[in-house]
Amino acid sequence: MTAAYWAVDNSLTLIGRSLRISVRNTEALLMAVALPVLLMLVFVYIFGGAINTGTAYINYVVPGIVILCAGFGSSTTAVSVANDMVNGIIDRFRSLPIVGSAVLTGHVVASVARNMVAMVLVLGVALLLGWRPSAGPVQWLAAIGMLALFMVAISWLAAALGLLFKTVDAAGGATFAVTFLPYLSSAFVPVDTMPSWLRPIAEHQPITPAVETVRGLLMGTPIGSSWWQAVGWFGAITVAAFVAAAVLFKRRTA
Amino acid sequence: MGDGAIRTTGIRKSYGAVEVLKGIDVSVPAGSVFGLLGPNGAGKTTFVRILSALVRPDAGTALVAGHDVLREPRAVRSAISLTGQFAAVDELQTGFENLAMIGRLRRMSRPAARRRAAALLERFDLADAGRRTVKTYSGGMRRRLDLAMSLVTGPPVIFLDEPTTGLDPRSRQEVWAAVRELAAGGSTIFLTTQYLEEADQLADKIMMIDRGAVVAEGTADELKWQLEGERVSLVFADGASYEIGVAELGGGGSSTVERRSVEVATDGSAEQVRQLLDRMDKVGASVDKVSIHQPSLDDVFLALTLGRTR
Repeated sequence: MTAAYWAVDNSLTLIGRSLRISVRNTEALLMAVALPVLLMLVFVYIFGGAINTGTAYINYVVPGIVILCAGFGSSTTAVSVANDMVNGIIDRFRSLPIVGSAVLTGHVVASVARNMVAMVLVLGVALLLGWRPSAGPVQWLAAIGMLALFMVAISWLAAALGLLFKTVDAAGGATFAVTFLPYLSSAFVPVDTMPSWLRPIAEHQPITPAVETVRGLLMGTPIGSSWWQAVGWFGAITVAAFVAAAVLFKRRTA
Repeated sequence: MGDGAIRTTGIRKSYGAVEVLKGIDVSVPAGSVFGLLGPNGAGKTTFVRILSALVRPDAGTALVAGHDVLREPRAVRSAISLTGQFAAVDELQTGFENLAMIGRLRRMSRPAARRRAAALLERFDLADAGRRTVKTYSGGMRRRLDLAMSLVTGPPVIFLDEPTTGLDPRSRQEVWAAVRELAAGGSTIFLTTQYLEEADQLADKIMMIDRGAVVAEGTADELKWQLEGERVSLVFADGASYEIGVAELGGGGSSTVERRSVEVATDGSAEQVRQLLDRMDKVGASVDKVSIHQPSLDDVFLALTLGRTR
């Protein structure tokens, strides 16, 4: 068998490991599955009534909720990676004849899988709550593709943060920025309702174009240049976080 | 040279200004158990990490199972297993899943990895616990699983870094039994420990290191011999006898007033002890008790490491 065959086989083994652990980590599972649904209810029924978006609030907020939840999910990923680094299992993996970073691949794939499950759940609940998307199959595929790119990007970012911080708690806390950024975007309120000094920040941070793209695809609102900005942002974040994770992994295990 | 399982010459490693290893030479014959003994911070773990190709030494050469750790780290990793200081097992996987995962990562087919996992659970007395997540295991069970994970493909060289640190006495016995079983299977075992008893019990040959340098090397018995032989201890019946006895022996022993006891160097022969008692009898010092002490490895260790501090 070739080296490439075993590289793929090892990665699959470690993806299986991360998925099994994800399913059994009840705390993280709750974070990934129950929290999104809860947030949806909070936004639609508590905040939504007070926010004027020119449409039923649920039709406005769904993409933002999916993105917010992926942000929360990233803290689980950072914690899992940090945990592997401090509890000695990384030395066991590294003393095996495998590519050590396959461990990270396992975490990232499991992270995207968790977020996908959360997304399906959020979308399902949204439909029950009266959400009526106008998208056809092509738009649906494109929207899911956009969200998947977002999830891959922040999963690698979370893995890099998990390697950057020396303790498990610090790693979990470091993902705070990712969970906070959606509030500073067009995810929950239209940007033009924000104070003028805040607007440029909200308009030029990566979450806003991603939210606008998904909303446009699913609800038929104008997309304009958002889609390529979003793809650019999260493509770049994926590459940068991947490289950072690889470098940090090398340094942490040197 | 020969076909030693592990050979190093002049291994050095510094972290910043701290010299962790100051030139270590080791030669471990295949199939033996080697004990690296030292206090916390002696450099044991760093040395093991160098030998298992996890850390690059600053200087020196190391051959493990015939492969150079610097030039062929992958070949080294294929030939070794490493069990670190903390049981490196996944809490949220079962014992079986942990073992099968390592089998797959070591390039076994899925069925082969499963068969091997089941056999190892049996061998390490974990068959009943194999389907439970490791979270529910005791400390001793974790360590045994940890050892089992080192043996999935029966690597010729096994590194055990402080395998019993933090375990209660019973769990320690369980781990010792597991290590003996590994040794009986013909593997070369490189063990680090801060417990002298553990080295005494398990290792064919012991090397003591302190602050990155070798302070003694040999079998457990050879090391005990390095400390001047045995001592005979006399406990006198009363204060007067004690005074007379101490005066008769002159400066020849170390005495303790409170316990009315004197310790004298001896070769341990009955003849010498009889002569000593005759001498006490002649001067009228009445001896209550006689005992002979063999130095323990602890004595050797303390003597060597304290000597260096002064």
